[in-house]
Amino acid sequence: MKDFLLIFRSTPPTNEVQPSPEQLQARMKPWQDWMGSLAAQNKLTSAGNRLEGAGNVVKPNHVITNGPYVETKEAISGYTIIKADSLEEATELSKGCPILLMGGNVEVRAIIAM
Amino acid sequence: MAENELIPHLFRTEYRKLVSVLGKRFGMEHIEIAEDIASETFLLASETWGLKGLPKNPTAWLYTVSMNKAKDHLKHTNVFSKKVSVELKKTEIKEDEIEIDLSTKNITDSQLQMMFAICHPCIPIESQIGLSLSILCGFGVDEIADAFLTQRDVIYKRLARAKEKLKAENVKIEIPSPNEIKDRLETVIATLYLLFNEGYYSSSKNTTLQKDLCIEAMRLNVMLIENEETNTPIANALLSIMCFHSSRFEARTNPQGDIILYEDQDVNLWNKELIEKGEFYLNQASQGKHLSKFHIEAAIAYWHTHKADTTEKWENILQLYNKLLQLEYSPIAALNRTYALAKANGNAEAIIEAEKLKLTDNHLYHSLLAKLYETVDVEKTISHLQKALALAKNGADKAMITKKLESLAK
Repeated sequence: MKDFLLIFRSTPPTNEVQPSPEQLQARMKPWQDWMGSLAAQNKLTSAGNRLEGAGNVVKPNHVITNGPYVETKEAISGYTIIKADSLEEATELSKGCPILLMGGNVEVRAIIAM
Repeated sequence: MAENELIPHLFRTEYRKLVSVLGKRFGMEHIEIAEDIASETFLLASETWGLKGLPKNPTAWLYTVSMNKAKDHLKHTNVFSKKVSVELKKTEIKEDEIEIDLSTKNITDSQLQMMFAICHPCIPIESQIGLSLSILCGFGVDEIADAFLTQRDVIYKRLARAKEKLKAENVKIEIPSPNEIKDRLETVIATLYLLFNEGYYSSSKNTTLQKDLCIEAMRLNVMLIENEETNTPIANALLSIMCFHSSRFEARTNPQGDIILYEDQDVNLWNKELIEKGEFYLNQASQGKHLSKFHIEAAIAYWHTHKADTTEKWENILQLYNKLLQLEYSPIAALNRTYALAKANGNAEAIIEAEKLKLTDNHLYHSLLAKLYETVDVEKTISHLQKALALAKNGADKAMITKKLESLAK
C-alpha cells in the first residue's frame, strides 16, 4: 500500500459568481460523502485541506506575482492523501471526486516513501 | 429487598469498595490479600447471618468485620513483620494506631484509584477488562468466562498474569499525576467502553448478565464524572453513549431472549429517563474543542433515539459516520455508514458503495448487501443471506438469517 497525493485544480470563482452560503453548504455534501466513502474503504490517509483562492507566488529575485493563475486559469484548490496498491487503483478512486462535476480536475501522484 | 437477595446485592455494591480500600492500604503487591479478606468477609456473612439473622446494619457489619480481619492480618503476618513493620518503625506509629480510613471520601477515591491502577497500559486490554470485572464489579471467574465466551481457566490465568505484571511494574494505586492523567484516562475510557460493549453486544443469551455488565460500566463511568480531575468531555461523551444505548434494553429482546431489531422495536419500551440523561451528558461533553470518536458516537446514538425515518436524521447520521471513519476506520463503522447512505442518498448509490467495501469474510457485510438488494434483486439478496449464514458464528445471528431466508422462500 502506497500513499498518493491528489491535487485538485479548478477555476477560482470570480467576484461576479460568488456562491451563496446555501450553495456552499450544498457543495459540501458531495465532498463529505466522498471523503466518507474513501474512509469507509480504509483508503484515506489524510483528508488534507482546501485552499483559499487568493495567493502569491514568489519567484527568483523576490519577484512576487499575485496568485498562481497568471499563466493558467486553473489554480490548486486543495489536496487529499489516499492509499492504494497502484497508480491505477488511486486513479480509479479519484474518479469519484466532486471537483470533476465542477469543471475541475484531479492530478494523482505517488508519494515517494522516505 | 428479600433476604436471599441481600448478600448478592451487597456483594455487587460493597465488594469493590472493600477491595479498593484494603488494596489501597496494602498496596498492589498484596492485592490478593485484599481480595481474600473481602471474599472471606462475605463468606462469613452468609454463614453468620443465616444462623443468627441479619445484623441491624449489614453494610456496617461488612466493614467492621473486614477491617478487623485486615488489622489482624497486619499484626500477624509476614507482611507486617517484613514490610509494614519496617515502615511503621520508620514513622514510629504504635500498633494500636493501625488505622484504615473508612471515610466516604476515601472509599470513593480508592475505587477511582483502583480503576486507574487496573486500566494500566502495561497489561493488555482484555486483562484490563477482566480485572475490572473481577475487582471493581465483583464478578466471579465463571461469570467473566461466560461474558468473554471462553473457558474458566483461561480467565483465571489471564487475571493472575495481569496481577503479576502490575506488581512487577510497581503500579501504584493512585490518581496519575496531572501530566500523565490525559493518556491514562484514555486507557480507562477505552476499557469502560469495551466493558459496556461486552455487555451490550454480547452473544451470551444471559440477558441478566448482559445488563449487569452495562450497569457496572455505567457506575464506573459515573465515578469518573463525580471526580473533578476525571470529569472530562470524553468521560461525559462515553456516559452519554451508554445512556442512549441502554435506553433500548427492554425493547431489544423478547421474553425468550431473542433479538428484536431496532426497526421492529416498541418505542414505548424505550426508557425516556435514560434518553434524557444521555442528552444531559452529551451537552456536558460538548465543552472544549476536542472532538473525539466518543463525541461522534454519542451524537449518532442521540439520532437513534428518534425512531421516525426523516431525511434530517439519516443525513446527520451519514455525516457523523463520514467524520467518524476519518478519525478511525473500523469495518463496523464502514458498514453502518453504508446503511445510513442508503437511507440518506438511496439504495442505488449505497449498493455501489457497499460493493467497494469488500468485507467479504464478514457476515454483517453480506447481511447489509442482502438488505440493500431486497427491493432490487431478490436472487442477490438470497445469495448474500446464504453467505452470511455460512459466516455467522453465534446462534442468535444464524437464527435471524434463517428466518429471513424462510420468509423470502414463501
